[in-house]
This record gives sequence, structure tokens and C-alpha cells, in this order.
Amino acid sequence: MSVIFEKSVRGRRGVDLPKCDVPSKGHIDEAYRRGTSLDLCELSELDVVRHFTALSRKNFGVDNGFYPLGSCTMKYNPKALEAVARLEGFTDLHPFMPQLRHGGMLVQGALRVLYELERLLAEITGMDAVTLQPLAGAHGELTGMMLIAAYHRDKGNKKTEVLIPDEAHGTNPSSAAIGGYAVRAVPTDKKTGTLDLEALEQMVGEQTAAVMLTNPSTLGIFNSDIARIVEIAHEHDAQVYYDGANLNAILGRFRPGDAGFDVVHMNLHKTFATPHGGGGPGAGPVGVKKHLVDYMPISRVVKRDDNTYALDYDYPKSIGYIATFYGNFMVCLRAYAYILMLGASGLREASGHAVLNANYLMNRLKDKFKVAVPRTCMHEFVLSAEAEAEKGVHATDIAKALIDEGFHPPTIYFPLIVKEALMIEPTESESKETLDAFVDAMLKISAQVSACPEVLTSAPKSTPVNRPDEVKAARDMDVAWPRDNHEQ
Amino acid sequence: MSYIPHTDEQREEMLRTCGVESISELFHDIPAELAPESFNIPEGKSEIEVLSYFEMLAEQNYSHLTNFVGGGFYDHFIPSAVDALVGRSEFYTAYTPYQPEVSQGTLQAIYEYQTDICRLTDMDLANASLYDGGTALYEACQMALRATGRERVILDGGVNPVYRKILTSYTANLDIQFTISPVSHGHSDRDKIFDAIDTDTAAVILQNPSFFGIIEDHSDIVQHCHDNGVLVIQSVYPTAMAMLKTPGEIGVDIAVGEGQSLGIPLAFGGPYLGFMATTKKLARRMPGRVVGRTVDRDGREAFVLTLQAREQHIRREKATSNICTNQGLCALRAHIYLSLLGKQGLLDVAQLCIDKAAYARERLDMIPGVEVMKASPTFNEFTVSLPMDAGEVVGAMVEKGFAPGLPLGRFYPGMENFLLVAVTEKRTKHEIGMLAETLEAVLCQ
Amino acid sequence: MTPDDRKYALTHEWLMIEENVGTVGITDHAQNSLGDITFVELPTVGEAVKKGDECAVIESVKAASDIYSPATGIISEVNSAVEDSPETINKDPYGDGWIFRLENMEEAGELVSADEYEKNLDSE
Repeated sequence: MSVIFEKSVRGRRGVDLPKCDVPSKGHIDEAYRRGTSLDLCELSELDVVRHFTALSRKNFGVDNGFYPLGSCTMKYNPKALEAVARLEGFTDLHPFMPQLRHGGMLVQGALRVLYELERLLAEITGMDAVTLQPLAGAHGELTGMMLIAAYHRDKGNKKTEVLIPDEAHGTNPSSAAIGGYAVRAVPTDKKTGTLDLEALEQMVGEQTAAVMLTNPSTLGIFNSDIARIVEIAHEHDAQVYYDGANLNAILGRFRPGDAGFDVVHMNLHKTFATPHGGGGPGAGPVGVKKHLVDYMPISRVVKRDDNTYALDYDYPKSIGYIATFYGNFMVCLRAYAYILMLGASGLREASGHAVLNANYLMNRLKDKFKVAVPRTCMHEFVLSAEAEAEKGVHATDIAKALIDEGFHPPTIYFPLIVKEALMIEPTESESKETLDAFVDAMLKISAQVSACPEVLTSAPKSTPVNRPDEVKAARDMDVAWPRDNHEQ
Repeated sequence: MSYIPHTDEQREEMLRTCGVESISELFHDIPAELAPESFNIPEGKSEIEVLSYFEMLAEQNYSHLTNFVGGGFYDHFIPSAVDALVGRSEFYTAYTPYQPEVSQGTLQAIYEYQTDICRLTDMDLANASLYDGGTALYEACQMALRATGRERVILDGGVNPVYRKILTSYTANLDIQFTISPVSHGHSDRDKIFDAIDTDTAAVILQNPSFFGIIEDHSDIVQHCHDNGVLVIQSVYPTAMAMLKTPGEIGVDIAVGEGQSLGIPLAFGGPYLGFMATTKKLARRMPGRVVGRTVDRDGREAFVLTLQAREQHIRREKATSNICTNQGLCALRAHIYLSLLGKQGLLDVAQLCIDKAAYARERLDMIPGVEVMKASPTFNEFTVSLPMDAGEVVGAMVEKGFAPGLPLGRFYPGMENFLLVAVTEKRTKHEIGMLAETLEAVLCQ
Repeated sequence: MTPDDRKYALTHEWLMIEENVGTVGITDHAQNSLGDITFVELPTVGEAVKKGDECAVIESVKAASDIYSPATGIISEVNSAVEDSPETINKDPYGDGWIFRLENMEEAGELVSADEYEKNLDSE
């Protein structure tokens, strides 16, 4: 399908703007004027509508079908959330309004959303306070690292490193490094699929600023030693960070705050059903315990005695601004609506059925595929296609074959510690019929590994493209359509 | 409503397959002593109840004021087709295009978006977007520090004061030194910037138009910086790029900016769109996702995520940034917006903005006691001085239905009487006239 | 076959010394595990490096690998041909795919013979 710039026709227009109704003529002096041609495409509205409709048809979303992308929690995004996010009282609200005189009073509805959502998320995670400002999960991690650094700086602690399990998401070590710390990887006990406690005890020390954990881990296993890990870290005044990527597994069943975690981030786009948007925007609120509240980013939302809401900037120990405004507000708004709709029992049901669906799939697949850690899993589990790989069919081939069966593939080659990993997270939204159809497809693929591997290694056949050449892409670096190429 | 499809019979059957009798048995790895101490969340509500609650909250917001507030975030017109197309759930319910075969829609759109940004800024290549304009500036700063191996950054006083605060908070735990060079009569102060440059200076950060709305030709600063091995980062307003000298034209090394004005609602601050573009030379230092064009097994044109070896999921603690997502749907919005407006449309928007701003300048300047700062050229936003505290004036204007601008005292102590006024293509002659009349009346009181 | 005319670091670099100039590259095993190489970031000529310093980066589609200097010295030459055609490292890691040269070499790191390097690979 042509890129949009190839469709451009000189002189064609897609939007009509009003005639200028003022007598003045603004003028930009030659010295400041653009000397190059703008070269945006020239199309009619229908040209644009057809182009993007055609593009949308080359995409697969949760609304198209089963999307068991491990670690990403691709649950259903209820349409009511979109209706809430269309309300003009929110969409048309300028973020500088609170900076006007008594500006807080002009945005009471929006501030209430922020305030109430912070309280709900604090209760869900067992933390004392929450900031909604981080704009994504990784941004939440960085904010958490900055909070921890501020805490240690304030106490005069000389801390230099952060300990992170080797199965962690790449954002963890990256966020810690950007926060100014050296990173050391703690090994995972391959049998239990959980952190090697002895190794942790040997590595932790006075230099340890923080231990970052994902629980359930990326292997989908809940670490029962969690309280002990927190204790070991706290003995050295290391802060314990909870990566909430997998929070969907434990809603209403475990709260990181109760286990002693000091900082937690949540991914609203995973756990709280806000759409993933083709890769963002998400939101990564951060919760903290009392001893870290003073360091939280500004502004903070407060509720005054007269039940009005206000933004407060007066926190001298705050790490300062981490985002321009108050977070990805429209994402927060959707998450708030989702929590209100589900309520306490709905949230518990969500985690319960997410875990039930994952265990059901794992049990139905375990005879034909190797489960990386064969024990009760939480919301996701990891298969290893090591045996299939020996026969020439790799995890990527299974993924591509699943596309031809009508499913979005699982996450593959992650976590890095499992060879030929296929990480499957069904979420609670999916019906038994869908899960059974997925099992049928996986069993069919399993049979094909020996019978007709070429079907798998040549898949997918049903898509507009088949295995783009990534080496060529990286070497050629064609990342923008050249000017004056095929254009009229 | 919990959106769970299981019937009781199905649940029983699935539990049997798992070899357990209840869902709670599946949670046996959670020690009993770690059961939640509380879970005080209200019980669920129906869609009708939730919608009417949010309608009530939305009505409490003064989104209906006639808006002259800007400060880098503008009330531009968004054509209906933008929402119609972005609302296609094949786009918004998908995730990161890791599997290119089922994501060609997202991938091609991002490739085209990258092209838009390159053409707007005249830079060689752009990434798939960052969180917002402020964090994009921070990422650009990190990129310059890494590329030069130096530790100082000079920040021009014309840069958005909120961005300035973001930069300093991110670097509190790092060995990075910031020098702020105040503006002189609203202009970047060449002498001060040049004096501040030393052999440990990685970059100079500029903004065009400046926070005060002033437009500049920064060519001379770029030249001086390059002579000293210093990189130049410029934050730009994309709508103004239709008309103003581009970062690429003057040799800027990293161009960034806030993409909100490209079809993204003001939405109380987000989600927005941070764009970033750079030169071929710095390509592999650029953080964030990038989409490349290639061919598939059968030789067909195809799009994929590329240059991933710089990113956190591969490089972990050595990555160029910890960023994982982009603002995919916001980038898509910007791309649809630019496709609809096209070359002439964006120019028309820019011309309407400056014409109406010129009219507003004239009208406000005629009010006794009000002085428009005219020493420097502006685009669609300008600074006026009032005979009294701008905050108080704004307070009175709000009661009459206007958000007349942003009082500057909040950001610049000593500038309590100054107001920053923004005018977009949406404001009519009548509204601008009413703004002037109301302001005059308020000042006479 | 691992050529026995040079020494190896267990981090998969090789060092060949001829007339006091050391040439550095990566081993066949290293190029093979990286896969198709797409980009090489070379050090700067004149830069002083210590043994064990990260002084170059090799990227493939799925991985990026730091190259550690096997000895202390001054970078005297870099192979800019591999910048333009990084696949040369895949094709000829011990010849045309060299990465940089060192002069004024002082201390070398712990380097092993071709045999020992291969043995170490087998036990990995």
C-alpha cells in the first residue's frame, strides 16, 4: 500500500478554514521566515479517510481478537471509558487554567478526578500516597528511582547501586541507570522461578540503594518469600521497589504496601483497562509510603476543609517537576471510570479470572509444550519452545503460525532467561470458547512441528507482509519518505 | 460491571482442568499473613451511573471560557475526521507493533508521522515520539551529554519555565550542571550565552518562538556553538514551523517540541506528544522507537521497528533512554491532522493565527494603561503589561467568561503585571473585540 | 578454526601484535552469536584506552555488544570500512573485519591462546 505522500496531488485540500475576519495582517519578516518548502501531503478529506481506514485494516487490536501478549495485559477496553473521555468539560480544559487567579476553582471536576483516583490507587496497592504524574510505566520507574535517591540524599546515605532480578523488564535496569545508579543483576532460581534468596543476601549491602522487584515475576510466579526479601533490603536501609507491570494478577488479593514495599508503580493501560493506543499513551502512577511522601513530585492535589480541591506546590523537599502538567489526564480519567464500574468485588473477580484463565491455558497446553516453570502460575505463564527449536521450529515460527490461526502472538523471547520463550497472558476478558480455540490452534501447530514444519517456518500467509527484513531496515535506515520521490 | 464472560458451569469446568476447587486455591503462593489489610473500594456501578457522575464532574470545569491562554499549549481547531479515524479500535486497542505482520497499520502510520516531523523541521530523521515536549527536551539533553561526553548545558531564558524545572529535577542525582542565560528584552542574549560556553559545554538549549511568544533567528548562536564543539537543541512550536525558519535550515542538531497543537485536545495536560528529530550523524544516539521501511521475504514493501539495539529491552542499563512506549495514538492524531490540513492548510492556520494575534495586539494596545511589548516580532502569542496585577485582572475577566491569558508572575517573580496572550485561528474578530472591551472595563473599575 | 597467530580475551575479542601495533577484532563465535551485524561504533583515533575499557559497540538487530580493549594503549587507526559495511565483520572476523589498532601498548589484559579460547567456548 502506497505511503500517503505518494497519493498527494498538488493543490488538493482536506480542510476548509474560515476567511480571515480581522482587518489586520500579521507579517513575519524575511529574516525569520522559512526558506524551504513545507511539503506536507495534499489530499481531500476522503483521500485521508480512505488511507487511514485502509491502514487500520492492517492492524490487529483487542477488538479484533485474542491478544495474549504476555506482560502487556491486553484486556478488553470498555467503550464506556471512551464515552467518558469524550466529555468536553475534560477535553477542552486548558492545563494552565489552575495558574489563573483562583484557577483551582475553575477545574474542580478535573482535580476531583485526580484526587479520588490517587486515593483509590493507594488503597488498591496499600500505599500511603500516590502521584498520577508519571506518563508511562518506565517514567514511573524513573520517578521512583528519583524519590529513592532524594530519600538517601536527605538521610546522608551513600548509596551507589540497585539490585534487579535477571528476569526483569529492560526498563528496570535502564531506569535505575538513568536515575544515577549502577545496576547488578540478581539471579533467578530456575527451579522455583523466583529470586535466588541466597544470592540476594550476598549481594545486598550498605551500597544498595534499592531492590526492584516484579511480583508476580515475568515468569508469572508469585514469590512467597517476598516479606523476607523486603526485610533483607530494609536491614541495609535499601528501599524496595514494586514494579506493578503484573498488578492485574493480585488485585484485591495482595497489596505490595502490606508486604513492606516502599515504592510501587502501576500501569493504568494494563491493569485498569485504558487502551494501549498502538504503543501509548499509557500512564504510570507511583505510590509511596509515608517516609517518602515529602519527596513526591509537584504539583500535588489536596482536598481542603471546605471539600474543594486545590493544587499544592509547597513541598520544599519535593524532587520537583517530572512532567509538564498533571500526568496523562485522559488516561487517568478512563482508569478512574474503570475502577468505579468494577468496584471492590469486580477488581477481585478480574484478578481471579485472569489467574484462572492463565492456569487453564497452561494446564491444557502442558502435555504438548514445555512450561518453563511447571507450577501454579498467576496471570501469565511462559512456555519454552526449546524442543521445537531442535526440530527447526522456533518461538518466532510458532508466533507467526498463530497469526494465520487468527490470534495475536504471545510475547516471544522474553524473559531472556528462558530459551525460545513464549509468554502467554490471556487476561480475564477472554471466554472459555476463545481459550479453547487458542488451545486447538496451539495443538495443531504442535502436530505440524514434526509433520510439516515448513508450514510454520513459512508463516504467516494471511497477512499483507511476511517477516520483514529487519537487518536491511537497520542497515539502510530508511526512516522517512524521501522528498521529491514519486510526488507530483 | 466486571466484563467477565464466564458462566458458573464454565468456571467449574476450568477449575477442574486446573485440579483445584476454587479460584482462591490458585492464589496459594500468597502467604496468608500477606492478605490485604484492607480493600476499601466502593462497590461497582452501572454504566448509566458512572456516565452521569462524570458528566457532573465535567460540568464543574470551566472549559467554556473564551480562551486566550497558551504558554506552549493552544486551543487549535481539530477537524472531525481526526477523531473519527483515531477512534477506529484497530488502532487504539492494539499495542506496540512487535509483530510487524499484524501491525502494518500502526507501523506505516508512524513511518509517515516521522516523515511529517522531518518535513516540518527540515531534520534528517525523527523518532516515533516521546511523552511530551518537556520530557522530549530532557531526552535531547541526555542525548547531547552522551554524544559529547561533556557535562554542562546552557539553557536560554526563552525556554518554557516548566520545562526548565523538569530538566533540573531529572538531573538532581547526576553530575550535570545547568546554566540559565536570562533573556534580554525577550531575546536570547548572545553575549551571555557565548560567555557561558566552555570546553565542558555539551549543548545550548533554545526555544522558538520563545515562551514570551517572540520569534528569533538563532543561526548565529548555532554557528558559534558548532565552532566550539557544542550541540544545539531547539524546542519549536510545530504550527509555527509552517512559516518560521526551521531547525534544519539553521543547522540545529536536535529539534524537539510539543505536538499538542497538531490535532491533540488540551485535555487538562495530556496525553500529549513529544516529538524529536535529529541529524544523520546523531541518529543512533536518539532515544525512543523508530520505524523503518524495508522489504519482506517476498520482496514486498514493509515497515518494522528498527534501531532497537539502542533501546532498553536489549541494552538494559546501557540503553540510550529508559523509554519503552511512545505516544502512539497521539502521533497518529498528529499525522492524521497534518494529512488533512496539508501544506496549504497548515500555512493558512499559521497565517490566521498571526493575523488575529496582530489584531488582538492592536486592540489591546489601544486600551489606556495597557502596553503591548513590541520590541520583538511575535507569532501568535505576545506579552502585555497591565497597570495592575495581572492575576487580579484575570480573576475579574474569568467572571465575564474570558480566560484572557497567562499571568507571568507565577513563573517570573517581578513580572506580576504581565500577561501572556495567545490567539489561535478559532478566535473570532468579535471575541477579540469583546476581550479588549471587557479588559478595558475591568481596568476602569 | 580459530587462528593461532593471535591472542584472545574471554570476552571474545582478539589481539594480534605486529611490529608493536596491536590489531583488535571480534571472534567468529562472537559474530555468529550476534547475528547479522548492522552497525559499528568505532573509537576515536588518538584516544587513550585502558585494558578492559569499553571502546566500541557492535549492534545487530536483536543485540548490542560492547567491545573491550584487550590492552592499554592509544587508538592509532580504526577500520572505517566496517562502518559502511558492517557485514564484513560477519564475513571475515579475523581479517577485513578488524575493528581498531593500538599503539604504545602497555599492559595487556588476561589473554589466552586459540586452543584455550576454544576450550573455554566448549565449557560455556
